Order: sequence, then C-alpha cells, then structure tokens
Amino acid sequence: MDLYDRYSRQELFSPIGKEGQKQIQQSHALIIGAGALGTALAESLTRAGIGKLTIVDRDYVEWSNLQRQQLYSESDARDRIPKAVAAKKRLQDINTDVEVVPHVMDVSIEEMEQLIVGVDLILDATDNFDTRLLINDISQKANIPWIYGACVGSYGLSYTIIPGKTPCLQCLLDSIPLGGMTCDTAGIISPAVHIVVAHQVTEALKLLTRNQAALRGSLYSFDLWLNSSSSISVEKMKKHDCPSCGKTPSYPYLDKTNSTKTAVLCGRNTVQIRPASNTSINLETLAKRLTPFGQVSKNHYLLSLTKGEHRLVFFTDGRVLIHGTKDISEAKKLYYQFVG
Amino acid sequence: MKIYVNGKEKLLGTETKTIMTLIESYGLNPKVVIVERNKDIVAKENYVSTILEKGDYIELVHFVGGG
Repeated sequence: MDLYDRYSRQELFSPIGKEGQKQIQQSHALIIGAGALGTALAESLTRAGIGKLTIVDRDYVEWSNLQRQQLYSESDARDRIPKAVAAKKRLQDINTDVEVVPHVMDVSIEEMEQLIVGVDLILDATDNFDTRLLINDISQKANIPWIYGACVGSYGLSYTIIPGKTPCLQCLLDSIPLGGMTCDTAGIISPAVHIVVAHQVTEALKLLTRNQAALRGSLYSFDLWLNSSSSISVEKMKKHDCPSCGKTPSYPYLDKTNSTKTAVLCGRNTVQIRPASNTSINLETLAKRLTPFGQVSKNHYLLSLTKGEHRLVFFTDGRVLIHGTKDISEAKKLYYQFVG
Repeated sequence: MKIYVNGKEKLLGTETKTIMTLIESYGLNPKVVIVERNKDIVAKENYVSTILEKGDYIELVHFVGGG
C-alpha cells in the first residue's frame, strides 16, 4: 500500500483533483465545539487530509455522548477526558499528517480573536446561539467564511456564510432563539448529525478547493423522521443596515457589553447568567419543555427547575440563576443543556 | 384545503388560515422561523396578514441550537 495513494479517490473526483487536494493540505480549519457535529466534522476533514485543524471545546466526555460523538470511547467517558484532548488522540490515530491543535476552553470574545489567526474557514459545531453570533461577527470582521450547522431530534439545518456575499446569521435572525429545543431536552439521533455534517463538509471542500461557484447558496433543512426537506434561497434577506455585515458594521457580539455575562453570587453558591440584550424567553413553552427533567414551578415572573442538587431559575428577561454551584463552566453547561 | 409544506402535502383545517397560524400549528416560535411562499420569502411582519391559498408551496425552516 503506497502512502501516496491515501487521497487518490478524492483526487479522482474531478472538481477537486490533485490541485484541490494540495489546497486542502494547505488549509487551516477551526472547529468550535467537539460534540456530535464537531467530532464528525473533525474526522471527515482529518481523513480528507486537511493541513491543520484547531478544535475547541469546554467540556469533558460523558457516557451520554458515546451514542453519537464518534471520536470518543468508553475509556474517555470513564476518565472524563476533555473532549478536545480525546478528539486529538483519535484524530492522530487516523491521520498523522494533520496538525491537530486542541483547546480546552470556553470561547468568548478574547479567545475568539486569538483562535481565528491564520484560519481559512470556521466550522460551527456549538450547542448555543451566543457562540454562533460571536462566530458570525468575527467572521465578518476578519473576512473568514463560516458554516452554520445545528440539529436536534431528527431535524437539522445548515447554511454557509461568505462575508461580503451572502446574508449573515444576524440578517436571518430577529432575536436570539432562547428556550428552544436542545439535544438534552428533545434528544437526537445520530443520522441527523451526519446529514448536517455531510452538508458542512461538502461546503467546506468546495470553499477550500476554490470551487465557490458550486456552493449551495441556500438555507437547507431536513427532518429525517418526517421524510421532509427544505431549501430556501435567502439572498434577499441580506440587510444593508445589518450591525454585523451591513455597510457600517458595529459587530455587536464582539462588544463585551452585549455578550452573555456570568457572575458568581458570593456566599450563595449561585451563578447568574445574563444573556445579551435582545433575547426573549417564553416561560410557558419553557415550562412544557422542562417538565420531564425535574420539578418545575412557575409564576408570572419566573420559572424554577429543580434537578438533583441544582435549581435553575429563569426570568422573563432571559436571566438565569443557577443555584447549587460556584463553578461558572458547570453553570454554563447546565444553562445550555436547557436553554440551547 | 391542500397546500405543500417542505415538499409534502398538508391538509389544513379551517383554523389554519395564515402563515402565523401555520407556524403555530407546528408549535414553533415565529421569531426563529424563515418562511418561503411560492418561492418568495415572507417578511416576519407579514406572517399574520398573509392568507394561505389552495396549492401554496410553503418552505418553512426553523433555527435550532443543538450540535
């Protein structure tokens, strides 16, 4: 077996060819999140022979991840190995040519500004919109394309954002969707992950091999269980006054005053999470979603969910108090499990 | 009345008259939904006033956060 045969089948695919393969091997992709989407994206790009892969995740491997997070094994869950570290180990087993750089960190503005240096493409594999809107702004500011991907249940969607060309995520969203379904409330089946990843990786290969004309150019969604799919051309949604990609951008999510803030409330064993200003949370729908996961009580102003040692209190302005911890990353993890 | 949603036939009850009631019938938050009707994007402020008609082709995408 000749080592140089490694990418032969990909090179035989004429839109890529030997030249495209060279470009892939000279590229640097940044994957934010090493959960279901992140592990599948990383494995595909590693096998495709990408030059450098930076993987960022704040979490460690748990048993409930193994059903779909394809780079992890039982020993990773048993030893609670940080996902970025476990991912690198498996990826280097697959392909030693690829430079894999793992970061065990929670990405906020400062980290993002450092992570994007020298990056050709950002792949979204996060579990929340706060980070996505941060990716969206940095992508515009640094002129780096990014590919949105998300899934829950048997549903998923993907969209490719090219600065200066396509509408950005901010153009498509009126407000940050909080209190929606998450994998921790509505579940997830692995095929939904793989459809999203198939779209993200294909778009990535087109971008990295300078096949821009082949890009999908639409917002794609599907529901595998309902056997339905949809593709919407959204180019008309580009807003010229968009604060992220418009004529005079202010990049609101790169401004600390607009980002989600966390604070440990002294002496109360409580962390407060206060999301960005333009958030809306519907306590009625949230109550319905959270009922199976603990004891839920609600009044006109707030909703309280008690789960094990923790109690999460949601206010209508989007603020959440997480009682039972002083650890910000533990609090954030609980928050995104239920808020998305 | 028969319309098509994401490529599939859908029979509407009499209570589903507008884009907004269609979105609600799926239990979705209209703020995070993008709707295309017969190849044209429907602006969010027109969800309530846009009346569905027989044979409409609706594409409906909602944003989720999981990953």
